[in-house]
Amino acid sequence: MFDAAHLAPPRPARRFRAATEEPAALRRGLIGLVFVLLAVLLFAPLVTVFGEALSQGAGAALTALAEPEAHAAIRLTLLVTALSVPLTAVFGLAAGWAIARFDFPGKAVLITLIDLPFSVSPVVAGLCLVLLFGANTTLGDWLVGQGMPVVFALPGIVLATVFVTFPFVAREILPVMVEQGRAEEEAALTLGASGWRMFFTVTLPNIRWALLYGVLLATARAMGEFGAVAVVSGKIRGVTATVPIAIEMLYNEYLTVAAFSLAALLASLALVTLALKTALEWRHADALSANRRA
Amino acid sequence: MHIEIDEIAKTFGRTAALQPVSLSIPSGALVALLGPSGSGKTTLLRILGGLEFPESGRVLFDGHDATGLTVQERRAGFVFQNYALFRHMTVFENIAYGLKARPRALRPEKEEIARRVTKLLELIRLPEIGGRYPAQLSGGQRQRVALARALAIEPRMLLLDEPFGALDAKVRKELRHGLREIHDTTGLTTIFVTHDQEEAMELADLVVVMSMGRIEQVGRPADLRARPASAFVREFLTA
Ligand SMILES: Nc1ncnc2c1ncn2[C@@H]1O[C@H](COP(=O)(O)OP(=O)(O)OP(=O)(O)O)[C@@H](O)[C@H]1O
Ligand SMILES: [Mg+2]
Repeated sequence: MFDAAHLAPPRPARRFRAATEEPAALRRGLIGLVFVLLAVLLFAPLVTVFGEALSQGAGAALTALAEPEAHAAIRLTLLVTALSVPLTAVFGLAAGWAIARFDFPGKAVLITLIDLPFSVSPVVAGLCLVLLFGANTTLGDWLVGQGMPVVFALPGIVLATVFVTFPFVAREILPVMVEQGRAEEEAALTLGASGWRMFFTVTLPNIRWALLYGVLLATARAMGEFGAVAVVSGKIRGVTATVPIAIEMLYNEYLTVAAFSLAALLASLALVTLALKTALEWRHADALSANRRA
Repeated sequence: MHIEIDEIAKTFGRTAALQPVSLSIPSGALVALLGPSGSGKTTLLRILGGLEFPESGRVLFDGHDATGLTVQERRAGFVFQNYALFRHMTVFENIAYGLKARPRALRPEKEEIARRVTKLLELIRLPEIGGRYPAQLSGGQRQRVALARALAIEPRMLLLDEPFGALDAKVRKELRHGLREIHDTTGLTTIFVTHDQEEAMELADLVVVMSMGRIEQVGRPADLRARPASAFVREFLTA
């Protein structure tokens, strides 16, 4: 026989809210706000850049990119990136290694110094380089005498870019190296490996994804850097004007299509690095997070 | 190989990890370094392996001064506390690492390396796992792979830091016998660190009891039980 009580619909369970859970309306409101902000601040400008670049057809945009000045800017930016990113990677590796593996006086200062480029305005960094290597200083004079001017020339641009991108690699690999500890490296040494062999067969493979991630971030920044480079380069048209600087100059001369074509190119490169970065995060999340379990 | 430790001292900052300690280990012995946490066991083992250098004192291998030898020159088979297997290499590559790291003139041919790795995998009774990565192994399997990797370099001695520390009771018992067997077949002077007195007493020929950077007593398990040299040793062995 059926018991009527058993057939009664179950009472809705009382819903408890976790302490960190916000009311649904507030949550939706916040998420909506973030999307609106993203649309206004990121998406709309991106669409505008491409829109302006293509406003007189793709042909006009391509022609603008083929102009000698644009061409020189693109070549310079690629050259500066190709020179400064490896330097950043090497410095970052050295700093990460020193901090993760050794105890020495001044370690805390070094950790703070790594972050310095994040907090110092790039313009100030550029000015420092000019003050250090400029034509009216002893060092600058001597360098010009040697036929190796730094300021208003390629070396200065590379130095400024390295300064600005320096933290990216060091910051990425440091936590990974700290987390992995010395044990595997020591094991390699007890097995007879030299220091170099240990580095290339054990240390580097263990940090490779973090290193690549840092290099990608540094690349994006190196290609886009404006402030520091604007100061040290002297903005010599066709000679020391990188892509971001060429964009500014073209824009100031009302050469809208040319300016926006270069801007679109720069944005595309940034989007490519972003895509690579996302792919890396997606595939190797474990190797990038410092809390990976053995 | 006969190992002589002569008045070795080591400090880290202001902590004295090892007061001057002296110890003579006969060739082919299976020795346990036994003591509570922080007593200096790992430090002593690392000094023997060349991973740490003493402030004073000497280490002699077969009567020759080895104090200044680098890690690589020591040729000590070292098994680390958490095994420190190379996580991006397969078991096979892990075991082959030491052979491939040899200078060209001493490096075996590829086929010879493969043959030796296969033999070592048989020795640790895991012939099938060469293609796996460390993350795909159980704790006990990792320990045996670490042992095989250390043996591959044809070491002059075996140094093991808490080789059974991270394992459950049943696996511990099995692997104890495994270590005994490997010691007996290779005849290598073997030193292992433990803070488990039962393990030391059951497995070792010679037990070195340490406390606060000092060696309290050295002796065969039966002798330690019969004639503990201090109240500390007596209490530690009955704990
Ligand atoms: N790298 C180091 N830096 C500073 N102090 C250290 C270092 N290594 C060891 N010590 C100190 O030296 C002493 C002995 O340490 P050791 O690791 O040898 O002890 P242990 O007997 O192996 O202990 P456990 O059983 O906990 O592993 C401890 O006081 C420890 O804090
Ligand atoms: Mg220890």
